[in-house]
Amino acid sequence: MPFLSSDKATDTYDVLIVGSGAGGGQTAYTLTMDGARVLMLEAGRNYDPARETPMFQTPEQAPLREDGTPATPVGFYDATIDGGWKVPGEPYTQTRTDDAGRFDWWRTRMLGGRTNHWGRYSFRNGPYDFKPRTRDGLGFDWPISYDDMAPYYDKVEMLIGVYGSNEGLENTPDSSPGCLLPPPKPLVSDLLFADRGRKLGIPVVAGHRAVLTQPLDWKTNAAKLYPNNATAQQLTADSMKKRAACIWATPCGRGCSIGANYQSTTVHLPPALASGKLDIVTEAMVYEVTLDKAGRASGVSYVDKKTGKHRQAKARIVVLAASSCESVRILLNSKSAKFPQGLANSSGKLGKYLMDTVGADLVGQVPLLEDLPPHNEDGASGGHVYSPWWLYKEHKSLGFARGYHIEFGGGRGMPGVDTGTHMEWLTHGSYGKKFKDEVRRYFGSFVYFSGRGEMIPNENSYCEIDPNTKDKFGIPVLRFHWQWSEHETRQAAHMQKTFAQVIDAMGGRVRGKAEADGAKAIAPGGSIIHEVGGAIMGADAKSSVTNAWCQTWDVDNLFLTDGAPFPSNADKNPTLTIMANAWRVSDHILARLRRKEV
Amino acid sequence: MDRRTTIKWMLSAATLAPWSGVLARDTEARTNAVLSTTPQGYGSDPKLIDSYHPGQLWPLTFTAAQRATAKALSDLIIPADENSPSASDVGVVDFLDEWVSAPYERQRRDRTIVLDGFAWLDKEAVARFGTKKTFAQLEGAQQSAICNDVCYLPEAKPQFVDAARFFARYRDLTAGGFYTTPQGRKDLRYIGNVPLPRFDGPPLEVLKKVGLA
Repeated sequence: MPFLSSDKATDTYDVLIVGSGAGGGQTAYTLTMDGARVLMLEAGRNYDPARETPMFQTPEQAPLREDGTPATPVGFYDATIDGGWKVPGEPYTQTRTDDAGRFDWWRTRMLGGRTNHWGRYSFRNGPYDFKPRTRDGLGFDWPISYDDMAPYYDKVEMLIGVYGSNEGLENTPDSSPGCLLPPPKPLVSDLLFADRGRKLGIPVVAGHRAVLTQPLDWKTNAAKLYPNNATAQQLTADSMKKRAACIWATPCGRGCSIGANYQSTTVHLPPALASGKLDIVTEAMVYEVTLDKAGRASGVSYVDKKTGKHRQAKARIVVLAASSCESVRILLNSKSAKFPQGLANSSGKLGKYLMDTVGADLVGQVPLLEDLPPHNEDGASGGHVYSPWWLYKEHKSLGFARGYHIEFGGGRGMPGVDTGTHMEWLTHGSYGKKFKDEVRRYFGSFVYFSGRGEMIPNENSYCEIDPNTKDKFGIPVLRFHWQWSEHETRQAAHMQKTFAQVIDAMGGRVRGKAEADGAKAIAPGGSIIHEVGGAIMGADAKSSVTNAWCQTWDVDNLFLTDGAPFPSNADKNPTLTIMANAWRVSDHILARLRRKEV
Repeated sequence: MDRRTTIKWMLSAATLAPWSGVLARDTEARTNAVLSTTPQGYGSDPKLIDSYHPGQLWPLTFTAAQRATAKALSDLIIPADENSPSASDVGVVDFLDEWVSAPYERQRRDRTIVLDGFAWLDKEAVARFGTKKTFAQLEGAQQSAICNDVCYLPEAKPQFVDAARFFARYRDLTAGGFYTTPQGRKDLRYIGNVPLPRFDGPPLEVLKKVGLA
């Protein structure tokens, strides 16, 4: 019985993992493949993509035609349960609420966490991204290099399936042969962007997303991942075989009932459960890491949400992968005589250096794309092409230190509740038959540019425990402080200017205007949902919370495998790196278990 | 699972009957902009694979008169033509009623805008044409005369600015409701949301039209 009620999880385990998303899922997979016995605690409910995913449902089958509400901020069919920027009964507080100074925290309470709904963008950090301070004197270096992470990027790509291409571009690493799946064919809007973008010196190449454009080569991949472990090879191959390739319809954000994209629930957890080595307790809200007399982690305390009872679970090693801020919150709330400022906080750095991604968007309308012959453009639901950062040599003249990539969208996707809206700038207020003709004409002619850039960690963006507020379980909540620097706001302004240039080069018109004031263009903290940091890894115990193995300096059997240990937040969306890092850390944990160091 | 099996299975799943169009309607008792009760929304964990219809999750609240105004105005914005039926023919009035009756903050704001707008239309009908007819009862040309003054906010005269704001929002809601129906999707010649064995990208004629072939 892999899914346990809380009273059954009385055994002692090798490793206890808090969280079941990208970090927790990868950690559980890697550990169980090599025989470790693992208990996973998930704060949300059990979730089964095969039964619960609204594949092919259309907007008129949903309340409010699928439009977002506070309960489902990015749309009714989004694979988010008990989540969003507000979770009922689980508040957090902010020292500022204005757009420039607030941080909004997205959470979800479900097995697999945010991997069920994410955009599936899977980029590798490049060599520069691990040593940013060495390059420009800002932020922090990682205590590891790209070469340390590269083999794990290869492994993750082979396991989860990522499409893309190797282009040999600066700080945009190629994968080893056989790692990437072929990218989907570009849409006509992608090709137009590529053609006009290249004329402006902007590279437009195949996107990298965790979607199976063809079935995984289960035989080869499993053998490469576990050459000397027949059991792991078999479990991995069996799990890969069950995943279907993309059928080029229905958005990835709803999750995928046939396993054609990466979700922890369809990729990491099934083989881990099949190993018989993983037990999962859902609806287990962890709030504290417990210690033994020697000051080592003995397990965790949690609220069993089904009964309201407080319980404890034990293991030889504790891994927090509850999401960057939730893991930090658990540590800050783990106060004791020995650790009065929270556990693993002797540096005083716990909660510090929170980062999100710099985001700014612009929409254009392109006459060349009007009235095209109808054809199916659903594809892989976006991201067939993208632009990696291309101005590494020009940061001095740009006035900001780090780069961004461009996520591009266009095409004749399924009409939604916003189709035919906000058209006055094109239609001058038409209604009646003329309006219908115009909506038909413009459908499919809009292009969407999203800049996703690097934020440099700063002293004014952090979280701490709010002494005055508790959630419905009685657990003290986080209070967020947030501030952008000019490196971020100038970057956002550069995005706007660049997007307007590309739209112009495509013969199009900008909707609204390109915002020249970066402080107004930049999306509020937390809105891109790429938050990392808060328990950064580093070279010494004074300036960081963990060492290079994401092992806390203060408690040697306590690890973090979510985004919390990231000392920087490259423009590369963090999920792939969370997984690669979790695999790397898990290998280290396995080695210690084998050496009986714990 | 191979792709062929997947697609077969998906096609059978996709043909399951969608919402049947049966509406729970209880509108006569409710009359005004303030909802007498606070209905609950669908919570933070709704069942996503179910089909929902207006009136199922919270009561609809348009009065008969409001429904008539909604129908008249929606069909002025989206009339039937050779490509597709009118807005009200495909259930847009029911969608609008669901929208303005919803318990969420944004929809509550729209409720005020829409119901105030309806009241203005009736008042303007009387003021302009000196009859006791409501907006819905006016001749088409008379309705259009009013709409022509409020259909484009940037050029609306000062006395019509509020009404133009209402019209812009109402047109957006009508369009959103219309283009999310099977008939609306067909009108736009959207042909996706079906499983495919492979993705071929744009046909040659498309590339030629854009000058990329």
